[in-house]
Amino acid sequence: EAGPGSLSRCLAYLTSFPSPSVWQDQAEQLFKSGHTNNWAVLVCTSRFWFNYRHVANTLSVYRSVKRLGIPDSHIVLMLADDMACNPRNPKPATVFSHKNMELNVYGDDVEVDYRSYEVTVENFLRVLTGRVPPSAPRSKRLLSDDRSNVLIYMTGHGGNGFLKFQDSEEITNVELADAFEQMWQKRRYHEMLFIIDTCQGASMYERFYSPNVMALASSQVGEDSLSHQPDLAIGVHLMDRYTFYVLEFLEEIHPASQANMNDLFQVCPKSLCVSTPGHRTDLFQRNPQNVLITDFFGSVRKVELTTETVSLKPDLSSMGYRERREGPAQSSGVHPVRK
Amino acid sequence: MAEGRMLGERARVERPRLERGDRERNQALPALILDPEKIRGKHAALCFATMAVMLGLPLWWKTTETYRAALPYSQISELDSLLLRLRVPVSVVFVQGSLPIVDQQKLPFTIVNERDIPLKCKMRLKSRFQQAYRMAGSSEENALKKDTVQEAEAALPLPKEDSLGSLNIFVIPEKSSLLPQDKMSYIGPKRTAFVRGAHGRQALTVIGQKILQVAQAMSLTEEVLASALGDRLPEDKLNLDKRRPLKSSLGYEITFSLLNPDPKSHEVHWDIEGAVENYVQPFMSLLSAIGNFSMDSQVLYYAMLGVTPRFDAATSSYTLAAHSLPHVINPVEARLGSRAASLYPVINFLLYVPERAHSPLYIQDKDGARVTTNAFHSPRWGGIMVYNVDPSAYNTTRYPVKVNVDMVPVMEVFLSQMRLLFGVPHPQMPENFLLGSPPSEGLRYWELDRLVWARAVENLATVITTLTSLAELLDKIGNIVIKDDVASEVYRAMDAFQEAALELSAGNLEVAFRASREAVTSSEKAFFDPSLLHLLYFPDDQKFAIYIPLFLPMAVPIFLSMIKIIVENQKARKDMEKVD
Repeated sequence: EAGPGSLSRCLAYLTSFPSPSVWQDQAEQLFKSGHTNNWAVLVCTSRFWFNYRHVANTLSVYRSVKRLGIPDSHIVLMLADDMACNPRNPKPATVFSHKNMELNVYGDDVEVDYRSYEVTVENFLRVLTGRVPPSAPRSKRLLSDDRSNVLIYMTGHGGNGFLKFQDSEEITNVELADAFEQMWQKRRYHEMLFIIDTCQGASMYERFYSPNVMALASSQVGEDSLSHQPDLAIGVHLMDRYTFYVLEFLEEIHPASQANMNDLFQVCPKSLCVSTPGHRTDLFQRNPQNVLITDFFGSVRKVELTTETVSLKPDLSSMGYRERREGPAQSSGVHPVRK
Repeated sequence: MAEGRMLGERARVERPRLERGDRERNQALPALILDPEKIRGKHAALCFATMAVMLGLPLWWKTTETYRAALPYSQISELDSLLLRLRVPVSVVFVQGSLPIVDQQKLPFTIVNERDIPLKCKMRLKSRFQQAYRMAGSSEENALKKDTVQEAEAALPLPKEDSLGSLNIFVIPEKSSLLPQDKMSYIGPKRTAFVRGAHGRQALTVIGQKILQVAQAMSLTEEVLASALGDRLPEDKLNLDKRRPLKSSLGYEITFSLLNPDPKSHEVHWDIEGAVENYVQPFMSLLSAIGNFSMDSQVLYYAMLGVTPRFDAATSSYTLAAHSLPHVINPVEARLGSRAASLYPVINFLLYVPERAHSPLYIQDKDGARVTTNAFHSPRWGGIMVYNVDPSAYNTTRYPVKVNVDMVPVMEVFLSQMRLLFGVPHPQMPENFLLGSPPSEGLRYWELDRLVWARAVENLATVITTLTSLAELLDKIGNIVIKDDVASEVYRAMDAFQEAALELSAGNLEVAFRASREAVTSSEKAFFDPSLLHLLYFPDDQKFAIYIPLFLPMAVPIFLSMIKIIVENQKARKDMEKVD
């Protein structure tokens, strides 16, 4: 039965349908995120030299996020201590993520918005809820709106239901959930991705109740998140395991990548991480399979081609201008571009 | 010991006839009742307990209370189900011969047409077209005797009330030659329109319908209001228009940037100041009704696009495909910068002069055809246009080549992008409507009115959400301190809201819009007040840990002595009964 005749009939049948690009458009629109801009809030909560790895964690996420397109003006970076210029750093002005010193995550153009003692629970909650004092400059504010996808990354020392800030105070999971609810009430985010790399990290996202929040943690309740490897020259552990493997995963991602959240959930299985990473997607509306990594880590803008112009006469003083509407390019042929 | 014996003897002396057991018991009883130390002790314990309960407890309660100023919670909860009436004042003028004589004698009168605007949100909107019918005056008659619509419009005297939001519709005779044969009505660039009259019995009804159609096309339609309330309606991903307009804000910062990635080959000059003054300023002066605008410009060197264009041998030019456009903006954005002091949203307009190696550069759409404007825009961000240098300019050996940018086509594109970014799309009119060309500013007056209507409604919806969520938040979390100035801002927002709603139903759009802006400012100030930060969450075990060391040492002796007193009293009563 199969032969050239049936093949041509098949082809004719297929071409009689509307072009797949139309369906693809509609399907794309249905599954794509409806966001127009991206923000990132990256927080490192520990100080002291031996917590070098927490600063390296945060800086590596910062680096990935910048590489994938989010500009500094849309990133709020909070580092509780200065490791690069710490007097105990044998390699000043660098923060490494790997013991072979392959990657200096400090880079040339890092912009830290909250530094040292400014990283407090109060300031963190002020950034999230927008209740900053009027004197705060633009770089210290989270100016997201209802069409922003926000990435929140936190790392440090934590326990069951709390995260320690600066060795003197802590934020509880209830407070965090309430802060997210306030953000939702004021429509300060469209979708949110919350990543936490601490001991018993999963306890921090247990209490979330606001919609459109997806959460990942490096370890379950009762488990400790372990660090990756020490560097004998620098003398401290350089990174935490979970973030190390996340960084490795993100280095493969480029702005046009189609990798989705399910891939991120697979990062760092128990064999590599020793702890069991967890995630929570019940509050999120879309299927994680349809959520691109670049929806949160990158900044891919929606663009539209400009097809109409307002006609202005070059003579500046005359009035009475006419409006010309340009038709769709395919029907009227190619027009020479006006110089 | 001596006293005890004395007491005992006294007792024996006083009641010599009692039994031994009774005697002993009676020994103990009066001892208990009459011992001054014990009595004092009992009184002391009772005093402690009374003080603690009567004075201490209320004092502790009052001093650990958080100060919460009163807020109008009930009024705020009523806001949600509010009915907003949007009144559009329309003045309808009939020219001689446009109406049957019978109907002409009925003039002047007013017709009100109220319609429910169906939106899938809790706020209810009604649009109300208040049409005042009257006959034309002599100057108007003379003006409408001209040959073309444009002349007639120019000759019309200025209407008495040309305020924001109002419309003037002139009804011309049915067979009039002012309009082309197939066109039913003409919509002018300012707030005027012409409609053909009718004859016959139902003339007024027919004309009324036509007028309503024109009035709706020029002011309130469902699409206009749906785009304003975009985030309050259920998510409809297939509708792009709702995502495009910039959100209502007090002001905007517009930045024009010239990107020159190849300064070795091009020395680009653009007269941005002149162009802004001549073309953008008139547009902005109209648009300033909706906010404060500040404009600045910059030139960036060595700013590359993030994408490498592909060479198209057929036309020997370079092309940027539509799917690579989203990645163009990001590397540039990092270099753009913005004013540190202002918090207004920034709108960027970029003019990119491609490098000599990639000249000329064209943008292709999905089907591979060239985009005539060579420009694209991104909702809520801005627009980019690619400006190709005339290839004949390269026939020189002196580099860099001097390039003077022709600002007219550039500004044409930027202004149309600006219109789209603000949510003023190209008007879609039915076939039998003749659309007049826009005025010199580039924005029709009634398009501006539509924008102001949409913004006013959006502002009021924002106020409702802000105040409702603030009230919910403060209600739910009992620990937040509500200072007096927060409360006064909330009251001010409520008053401004009521004023705006009143003015909207009275038809004064300008006043209503200003009041709505005030309401938004106050409600945002109240919501984002730095003092409302909730940091007073104490888990229960922490509360116990704090209070137990304070209260337990005090409470235990009082409690035990109370118990002792009660037990003794009970025992005394029982013994008294037994004795008696």
